[in-house]
Amino acid sequence: MISLAAKRRAVNAVASALMFAATCVGLFFLAWILWTTLRFGIAAMHWDLFLKDTPAPGDGGYGLRNAFVGSVILMCIALLIGVPVGLMAGTWLAEYGGRSRRARLVRFVNDIMLSAPSIEIGLFTYAVMVDPLGHFSAFSGGVALAILMVPIIVRTTDEMLRLVGAEMREAAIALGAPMWKVVTNITWKAARAGILTGILISLARISGETAPLLFTALNNQYYSTSLARPIANLPVVIFQFAMSPYDNWQQMAWAGAFIAITFILLLSVTSRLILQKSVKRP
Amino acid sequence: MSPADPLSDPRSPETSAIPQTRKAVAPPEAAAEPFVAKVTVRNLDFFYGKARALKDISLEIPQNRVTAFIGPSGCGKSTLLRTFNRMFELYPDQRAEGQVILDGENILQSKRSIAEIRARIGMVFQKPTPFPMSIYDNIAFGIRLYEKLSRAEMDARVEGCLRQAALWDEVKDKLGQLGTSLSGGQQQRLCIARTIAVKPEVLLLDEPCSALDPISTAKIEEMIYQLKSDYTVVIVTHNMQQAARASDYTAFMYMGEVVEFGMTRKIFTAPRESRTEDYITGRFG
Repeated sequence: MISLAAKRRAVNAVASALMFAATCVGLFFLAWILWTTLRFGIAAMHWDLFLKDTPAPGDGGYGLRNAFVGSVILMCIALLIGVPVGLMAGTWLAEYGGRSRRARLVRFVNDIMLSAPSIEIGLFTYAVMVDPLGHFSAFSGGVALAILMVPIIVRTTDEMLRLVGAEMREAAIALGAPMWKVVTNITWKAARAGILTGILISLARISGETAPLLFTALNNQYYSTSLARPIANLPVVIFQFAMSPYDNWQQMAWAGAFIAITFILLLSVTSRLILQKSVKRP
Repeated sequence: MSPADPLSDPRSPETSAIPQTRKAVAPPEAAAEPFVAKVTVRNLDFFYGKARALKDISLEIPQNRVTAFIGPSGCGKSTLLRTFNRMFELYPDQRAEGQVILDGENILQSKRSIAEIRARIGMVFQKPTPFPMSIYDNIAFGIRLYEKLSRAEMDARVEGCLRQAALWDEVKDKLGQLGTSLSGGQQQRLCIARTIAVKPEVLLLDEPCSALDPISTAKIEEMIYQLKSDYTVVIVTHNMQQAARASDYTAFMYMGEVVEFGMTRKIFTAPRESRTEDYITGRFG
């Protein structure tokens, strides 16, 4: 006959062990991925990656400059479109929609969008932009990424704003402040760390997206900053180069992957720090 | 008042002249001291959806006095207070029927903007709610809604409000710090300073001390006493000692009705209703 306390301790030990094991499995693969990328990536690092454009098939040398510039341009377009839309939609949900039927419907649709396969977003953008316009373009790539970004920003903005207590909102309204001032001066400020984190997370999410860009921005072997033309970008270049038979291209794919993963890591760490700093307020 | 005092209110010198000819429940002792009704509630009903939370309330809130609403949880004290600045209108399923008259005007059906009404009737909440900005801006935020002041005028106004809320000496060297960096009691005094900064005529306090320690509570009660020379104060409290200490008039509420309303001294020493006596002596609630 075992006592109740002993039984609870046993259950606790088993549950803890299982959770520990699950964590280890997750971390093991994460570490493996990071290690592999690091090992091959660092070996392939070269200053020319940042200074020269991607070499033609069969040519030697290194260069990813056009892909870096292209990716930055694509992310800027995505941010310029995605942040205002996501921020406003999230604000509407939290501040005006509340628990109304309309708001619940929007939240439901947004959750579906959140888990929509990115290749589908690429196809959609192809159908509504690339096909009618008749050509691939950097702009349509940015739009596709923005569509992926918006649901994340909507969700985090909505949740962070709803964490701001009703008391704070009421206090501002009790002073006679109009709703738009309450939102812009009080609740956005109160939730700014969380909202900014959401934007950074969404940026990290789209920075590695390849599928939607295959249908929209495509790729460009040359340096281009035109929004109306196909543009080089890191994920698609990595995809193409990794599949290629050329040794220097494969090396560059590793280097590109390493740089991309470092960028995402930095974004994640930054967003963590921002969130932590805001929580630490006494 | 010195010209530097920003809170001398030019808006309502005539309000004291309003004749007192209301039919609502006036304290029977009204004759004993000059009693001028600032807010008159007449036949007020309040509904949360279908639930009736206030039942035909009528009473008069005296000007430049502290009036306390006491009663057990759920009796409608806060609900009544929140009709005075139409705070309930934020929530679509809440509605009030009847009259809440401020200086002769029914604010529930007023043509005035809601902002104007809320500027005249300030409110402080249970939980301190400093805005996510500096101490200075916490005060200036409300002022900027209504007035355009020069930097010097604003500085003087902010200082005046903080002095009136007995907070100036504690924060004068750190006005640029976040309002949230203050202690709970200081935060609540900041909220009171912020509320009086827009020069209201009536000050609604919804359990302002329930989240505070006794020392902070004492400071706020002292401040309430000081404030009544400039404002009409209505305070909701769970703490009967607080009502006894800080208020001139007390309304005891129960199940959405005002059971008894009169001078605090009388309510606490010689209540007319047995329910009031039971509550005050701790037999229920």
